[in-house]
Amino acid sequence: MRHCLRSLTGLLLAVATMAVLPPRPGLAAQAAPGATPSADEEVALLRRELDALRREYGSRMAAIEEKLAAIEAARAAAPTAASAPAEPAPPAPAVAQAVPPATASKVFNPDIAAIGNFVGAAGESPGGGEPSLNMQEAELSFQAVVDPYARADFFVTLSPDEVALEEGYITFPTLPGGFLTKVGKMRDAFGKVNGQHPHTLPFLDRPLVSKNLTGGEDGLADAGISVARLIPNPWLFLEATGQVYQGNSEVFQAPTRGDLAYVGHLRAYHDIGESTNVDLGGSIAYGHNGMTEDTTTRLLGVDATLRWKPLRRSIYTHFLARGEVTWSRRGQPDAVDAVGGYGFLEYQFGRRWTAGVRYDNSERADAPGLRDTGGSFILTYRPSEFSLVRAQYRRTSFADTDSPANELLFQLLFAIGAHGAHPF
Amino acid sequence: MRLPSVVALALLAAAPPLGAAVNVVATTEDLADLARQVGGDRVKVEAIARGYQDPHFVEAKPSFILKLAKADLLVAVGRELEVGWLPPLVQQSRNAKIQPGADGYLDASLTVKILEIPTGQITRAMGDVHPLGNPHYWLDPGNGRHIAKAIADRLARMAPADAVYFASRYADFDRRLAEAEKRWDALMAPYKGLKVVTYHRSWPNFVGRFGLDVIGYVEPRPGIPPSPRHTLDLIAEMKRQAVKILIVEPYFDLKTPNSIARETGARVLVLPPSVGGEKDITDFIALFDHDVDLLVRTIRETGAR
Repeated sequence: MRHCLRSLTGLLLAVATMAVLPPRPGLAAQAAPGATPSADEEVALLRRELDALRREYGSRMAAIEEKLAAIEAARAAAPTAASAPAEPAPPAPAVAQAVPPATASKVFNPDIAAIGNFVGAAGESPGGGEPSLNMQEAELSFQAVVDPYARADFFVTLSPDEVALEEGYITFPTLPGGFLTKVGKMRDAFGKVNGQHPHTLPFLDRPLVSKNLTGGEDGLADAGISVARLIPNPWLFLEATGQVYQGNSEVFQAPTRGDLAYVGHLRAYHDIGESTNVDLGGSIAYGHNGMTEDTTTRLLGVDATLRWKPLRRSIYTHFLARGEVTWSRRGQPDAVDAVGGYGFLEYQFGRRWTAGVRYDNSERADAPGLRDTGGSFILTYRPSEFSLVRAQYRRTSFADTDSPANELLFQLLFAIGAHGAHPF
Repeated sequence: MRLPSVVALALLAAAPPLGAAVNVVATTEDLADLARQVGGDRVKVEAIARGYQDPHFVEAKPSFILKLAKADLLVAVGRELEVGWLPPLVQQSRNAKIQPGADGYLDASLTVKILEIPTGQITRAMGDVHPLGNPHYWLDPGNGRHIAKAIADRLARMAPADAVYFASRYADFDRRLAEAEKRWDALMAPYKGLKVVTYHRSWPNFVGRFGLDVIGYVEPRPGIPPSPRHTLDLIAEMKRQAVKILIVEPYFDLKTPNSIARETGARVLVLPPSVGGEKDITDFIALFDHDVDLLVRTIRETGAR
């Protein structure tokens, strides 16, 4: 610190001296031999001198910073080396273990992660299905706290044909009244599977009901405002969510500015003991669908989940049962009613192994009376928390083709970067 | 004179009314007990993770959101132990008092000495390495004192009317802990330098405090399940160094440890790392009573020394 102060004082003195004293003749003569120095030349000379000083000051500061960093590192490493002090040393001040100055400029960078989703497919599918080998998407996430009032999350997906903002929103977690507010582009709070990113799904594809009724891979996702509040009661966790969207998604298309899309969601959760819990949800969505000026689509959904995970063996086993049913009434302009759903069971039978089975059944939103059905077996292997290999056998009977599609799908998911929250 | 009285008024307004208990939520049962020790009947304490559960992999259940929603103080282990589940819970709690940076958020790791802070380049090739150091620091009983002090100080700031009460509770805990430490140190003194193997890197503070020497881990790298190759290497090393004690946390599978024990003649010792890990471990001092007793008994039985 003393060095630092001294050089700083030196610099200030030098600048002050140069500003007050007349230019030294010797220096001026060096700069322009045999000529009387003009005011401009003098200014240039002074600037050069100042620059030289600044460079010297900069390099000395860098040296000091380096020394400081080394001392910090040594201090941080010291406790590791010390073994079993008889009396515990007084607690080291928090500052000693803070980030060394060399990286101080980066501490406010957001948490960054990249997730690769590679999918392979084999077998016959009349609809075309997934490509044989495909880097389906790479998702980049940037997440950080904005200020004491908000945090921001961005999820950008890079797929073979497009770059898209999957989600990008600001969250205000502590607004008065307990309103958890999000503003930006979001996946709608409609049911369970719609809100999930592909890499958090317990299967490789989205269920038929998602594809037929709620917009497929992109799903219900739009720009808007979401407000969620807990409903206090002595019995269970109850959360109500209300959302307003622009009306620009796979399902909703607003013909005019005033035709917003609305989503409402109610979630109830209750622990049945420490290992088992139930999670119930009801969702509604309403908005213009863009077929004509005033045609609308109404969606109604219910979901139910039962989870079992014994705490003592939580990293080795769990069981999950989930079902979702969605009703759709789409005006085109005559109302077409369609209903669809899926049921899913998952069991973890080893630290790294999970097996699942899914049944699909869904009508199509825009074609009355056409019903697709399907079933899948899913096997997942997780080498670590940050990668997984998945195989899925899928048999689908499409309403408009004669023979069912038998397909074998493979997936390799891998994540680098910041450790995100575990999905629940 | 006017300014201080305004400040005092503001403090009074911010503090809970007299007689109302401070709601404390701790992420683990260890921190919860330390809060109870210093808070006495002026606090209501709840823990999130159970003592027999792997604290890295707690599920972010919505029922925890309800606990956090009404908390005045959140005490966390920190050092990214809870990175997979605490941030979404705190965010959804809608509780401004316990957001990181607020007065009601206490990172207990800031008051203690942290071991195994990695130096140099770290990558996930090293497994689930904690970039901010080993988070199992409460397993040095001396650190319990620092954590308790930090909680007592924070409680005193939040409920100034009870400051004297918290200080005297802390002094009492400090005295009881010091007595217990003498007992544990005396029991463990003959076994300084004893070689042991542990499942996960949960015990650096514990073995450091009592002078044990960890020569290997059942996990090839932190968080990575045992592999056959590493297990064989470990067996050979344990035979070479005549290691007789294999410490396993209660939430890990015993298959690999048992087969290692069969090969080497070592004893598998399931040692709870947290309060609540066994029924009789009801508080922080009982945790070390249990673990030290069990360890010493096993060492004597195996004739490890």
